[in-house]
Amino acid sequence: MLIVLLYSFLQKDTYAGIIWSFSWDGWFNVFLQEDIFDETVNIADAHLSIFLRSIRLSFFTTILTFIVGFPTAYFISTRPEKTRNIWLFMITIPFWTNLLIRTFAIMEIIRNEGVINTVLIASGLIDQPIQILYTDFAISLGLVYVYLPLMVLPLYASIEKLDFRLVEAGYDLYGNRWQVLRRIIFPLVKPGIIAGSILVFIPSIGAYVTPRLLGGGKSLMLGNLIEFQFGQGRNWPLGSSLSITLFILVMIALLFYIKITTKKGGERD
Amino acid sequence: MTDPAHGISGRPFSVRHQGGFPTIAILCFVMLYAPMISLVIFSFNGGSTIGKWEGFSWNWYVSAINNRQIQEATIRSLQVASFATVIATVVATMAALATTRTKAFRGMTAVYALINQPLMIPEIVTAVALLIFFAIIKGVTGYTGMGYLFAAHTAFCIPFAYMPIRARLEDMSLTLEHAAADLYATPWKAFYRVTLPLLTPGILAGAMLAFVISLDDVVISLFVAGPGQDTLPLYVIGQLRRIVTPEMNAVSSLFLLASLTLVTIFFFLTNKKQ
Repeated sequence: MLIVLLYSFLQKDTYAGIIWSFSWDGWFNVFLQEDIFDETVNIADAHLSIFLRSIRLSFFTTILTFIVGFPTAYFISTRPEKTRNIWLFMITIPFWTNLLIRTFAIMEIIRNEGVINTVLIASGLIDQPIQILYTDFAISLGLVYVYLPLMVLPLYASIEKLDFRLVEAGYDLYGNRWQVLRRIIFPLVKPGIIAGSILVFIPSIGAYVTPRLLGGGKSLMLGNLIEFQFGQGRNWPLGSSLSITLFILVMIALLFYIKITTKKGGERD
Repeated sequence: MTDPAHGISGRPFSVRHQGGFPTIAILCFVMLYAPMISLVIFSFNGGSTIGKWEGFSWNWYVSAINNRQIQEATIRSLQVASFATVIATVVATMAALATTRTKAFRGMTAVYALINQPLMIPEIVTAVALLIFFAIIKGVTGYTGMGYLFAAHTAFCIPFAYMPIRARLEDMSLTLEHAAADLYATPWKAFYRVTLPLLTPGILAGAMLAFVISLDDVVISLFVAGPGQDTLPLYVIGQLRRIVTPEMNAVSSLFLLASLTLVTIFFFLTNKKQ
């Protein structure tokens, strides 16, 4: 038990240490970061394109979740106290239910013989099923679906604290709805927006299950590439350096987050 | 225009209202639930396809329950989750006590960050770390049992169990513990009689969370599980690569039901304390 404790605390250390020892072992006698750099240059920039796709898809996902999540969070926080918890609960349920099963559920909806296509064909809007599954769009859609609660919850937390007297003041000063939204509400709930975006962006970029099921074989994301290197690829050092790169990407996102939030706090004091 | 803070709701113009927001919100809920509902509906499909409805039947549930592989995977999942939950909760409780009930010690923020760090880094990075770590142990000891799966699940469940326990501990004031000490209780007795009972809802919530997280895990199990050690999610993801029959819907629906029950219990546990 103590070992497990120690071990979970030391996870980060052991893991860095192990990668080092592996690289010393001569699986690849290339320096870690150079190793990945070499790979991306040598192997027909396939890795680079996966990196870019992962980042692009994650950005896209983050923006989409915001577009859907913000009104939802706003809606929940303007409900009367009594029903608010029920709405919140309804957001939390999907969050804690199995990610794999939810991905499977959306997969069934968008497949060629799935509900969406069946309904569209039956209504006569289209005569050929639209190929949604196994595209980049499907991955994004899946990621939005899966990570939406992660956007709604922090947004809710900050909108709930929003002082509506300020909103009212905005209207009194002849602001229209859009101006009030953009000039008053958005700046006030900025911490929530940032927190939500980070919470969606980080798991998106490392996502494995969703792109694997919805992306088919062609559309890989970073997570799948890493798994491939440890599975069929049998290139552990490359896999390790890829995951370190992913780790660094996430750390950059986190540092960015911390920097923004602390600056915010400083301004207020 | 409107009275400050009062009488807003009754008027046609409300400062809280934003055009179109309720519509999007409702759509969002529909989007969240429609796929799951459709999944459950088609698990009762009489035919063997997922797009076409061919009458109601329990067949797929029967076949899922009688499927040996599913049975084994379920039992394995439950074993791993129970083991991980117990150990992770005990460790998390001790860690939570150490980080809230002692004087701030040097490096406490570092410990705190270390405990929470698995929450922020992508699962796949943790999975890689564990895989490499276990590969070394495997190389040294030659052990290839379920132990790795147990250990991995325990490790990543700790932060999830830790969060609610710590939150609970921070809400509790020290007054009662001081009172116990004033009444000549030994520190152990004070802990056992005062702190622990007060902490129980937090511990239960933490355990529940750990259990759900462990049951749900795909990525880490995928890396760590050896051949023939499929947990239920691993079995499902393996099947999804082949031709999907409503049997998978049935398994998923049962899984969904289990998570739902746990989440509901969790919700009531955490809400009651507030």
